[in-house]
Amino acid sequence: MVASPPPASLSAPVVQLAHVTKTFGDVKAVNDVSLDIQRGEFFSMLGPSGCGKTTTLRLLAGFEQPDEDGGEVRLMGEVVNRRRPYERKVAMVFQNYALFPHLSVERNVAFGLEQRKLPKAQIADRVRHALQMVRLDPDVFARRMPSQLSGGQRQRVALARALVLEPAILLLDEPLGAIDLKLRKEMQLELKALNKQLGTTFVYVTHDQEEALTMSDRIAVMDNARVAQLGTPAEIYENPRTAFVAKFIGESNFLEGQARRSGEDWQLEWAYGGCARLPAHPGLRDGNTIRIAVRPEWMDVWRPDEVPAGENAVGGTIEDVIYLGETMHVLVRVPHAGTVTVAVRNEGQLIKPLPWKRGDQAAVAWLPEDCQILEDD
Amino acid sequence: MASPRQRILGWLHPRPQARAWLLVAPGTLWLLVFFLVPILIMLVYSVMPRGIYGGVDPGFTLEHYRRFFDPLYLDILQRTFVWSVACTVICLVLGYPVAYVIARAGRWKSFLLFLVVLPFWTSFLVRTFAMIFLLRDTGLINNWLVKLGVDPIAMLYTPFAVMAGLVYGFLPFMVLPIYASLEKLDLSLLEAAEVLGARPTERFRRVTLPLSMPGVVAGCLLVFIPALGSFLTSDLLGGAKQMMIGNLVQNQFSAARNWPFGSAASFIVMALVLAAVMLYLKVKDREQAKAT
Repeated sequence: MVASPPPASLSAPVVQLAHVTKTFGDVKAVNDVSLDIQRGEFFSMLGPSGCGKTTTLRLLAGFEQPDEDGGEVRLMGEVVNRRRPYERKVAMVFQNYALFPHLSVERNVAFGLEQRKLPKAQIADRVRHALQMVRLDPDVFARRMPSQLSGGQRQRVALARALVLEPAILLLDEPLGAIDLKLRKEMQLELKALNKQLGTTFVYVTHDQEEALTMSDRIAVMDNARVAQLGTPAEIYENPRTAFVAKFIGESNFLEGQARRSGEDWQLEWAYGGCARLPAHPGLRDGNTIRIAVRPEWMDVWRPDEVPAGENAVGGTIEDVIYLGETMHVLVRVPHAGTVTVAVRNEGQLIKPLPWKRGDQAAVAWLPEDCQILEDD
Repeated sequence: MASPRQRILGWLHPRPQARAWLLVAPGTLWLLVFFLVPILIMLVYSVMPRGIYGGVDPGFTLEHYRRFFDPLYLDILQRTFVWSVACTVICLVLGYPVAYVIARAGRWKSFLLFLVVLPFWTSFLVRTFAMIFLLRDTGLINNWLVKLGVDPIAMLYTPFAVMAGLVYGFLPFMVLPIYASLEKLDLSLLEAAEVLGARPTERFRRVTLPLSMPGVVAGCLLVFIPALGSFLTSDLLGGAKQMMIGNLVQNQFSAARNWPFGSAASFIVMALVLAAVMLYLKVKDREQAKAT
């Protein structure tokens, strides 16, 4: 007996953008963006302000519509390009919470259910349940007005108001932007837990790379109205496709040279002499100028004559040593290549201080496989 | 040596209460002299016997208040009340959409607001006279009607003319406060309502309208109260037939030279307005208490 394939609606992406373009005046806010989001995924759109992430989210909510011939927006398999927000089965949490100031907490949360004309008793039950889900005690908070709540509490009410509808898709527009750091970290973990517990698809917009890395199953890094890279947090961090991605997520050292083929291996020749070994990469062409990125924590500082065999190295002088608590940043000035930052684990400067001081000669070394070969932006 | 100015400022600096008093003093003084004192004079006049040659004679009487409850005057009072309510309702119905459109008009906003305020550049009297030219039997409107082959309609000196004049005069007082409350309405609230499933009519009923209520209330008060006291419009556009309470008071003070009765009529209207406003505030308080 052959197992029948799962029904299309279960395996198909919940959200699909196919070559979506949105123009305001003569500015392209979203330019030919295509992506698929799977059921239950925690999907983040990450980028600097003006990169098109919020417009993309608003296209999903229905507040904006793609241009004529501006591609297709599909939710649950259906094309929704021209559908109004109230005709779509999505819920949304807004950046400024957008709680109705004239309605109490419970009436805010009940708003969507009342629009669906559910029986009163059922609405009351679901409102209580939703408030408990976001860890607000209904007996304490139900009757309060939004003006009587703290920022964190308002955020929870906004979340309850969206989740009470049991949406298939929840859109979140920088919902934690206005909350202080400690509470934000707590909410990040809670949101991630809710996503897994409810099976709701979360589409999350943020400009905070750490937030995106913490919560997401996959991230679309956006730049200049396009998707610069789409992948899991590990793929994005460990294998950034372009210099923009490498710079925007975490820190990176950038080095430039010419690709050279020697037998089966590839090397990177510096203009000022010397070379580094490169991992195999489909984009390499003999003689092309290329840029690589190396994360500070994948590098080490050595005395010039002690570099381990097989590692790539560049020499320079120590410019500064910066104390950051968890790590130490050693800044090495490399002639012709600028300053390279190396992150070293802090093993206690009082007990086991780093042996470097300003002006020392040193070499920065890293493994060939830790070179990230970048494409042009 | 500190200059007198520095000494005064130095004395005021640590005394916020003294500063507050100093700031409200000029306005308070003004209201005291030109508002409170005249009202007291009127109150006194309204309970004194009428003098033979105008003015008042010494003594005390409630005769003028009693006289007001004559069917003739109650009729005028009732008409005034009904017309003021009607004027307020018409202004609200006409003004709300105008305010709504202006609040959403983007870069046209200031120009449209300018248009709303433009009538104030000429006196109300002149504008009311202009309406006579529009409405009279050989006026602009009737001329067009005749050219179109329709019989002219008698409009001047009818209740319609008075209502048209009142609405025209008070409409900006309805538009401006409603505009102010709609203008500061956070658009993301409308988006939130929409994404929660509210269609445009529901969205208006549940979000836009309740949040613009302060403007609606302010507008209604700003139209209703002056409408109740208006006399110019009914005088010029209504002829002698459409008397409002304002005309009655004005007549008593001028032609009839019965100041005590005019004062009593004024006080009765004032009491009615006060009662209406207080009733409204009480209802609103109760609603607010219910909401929290």
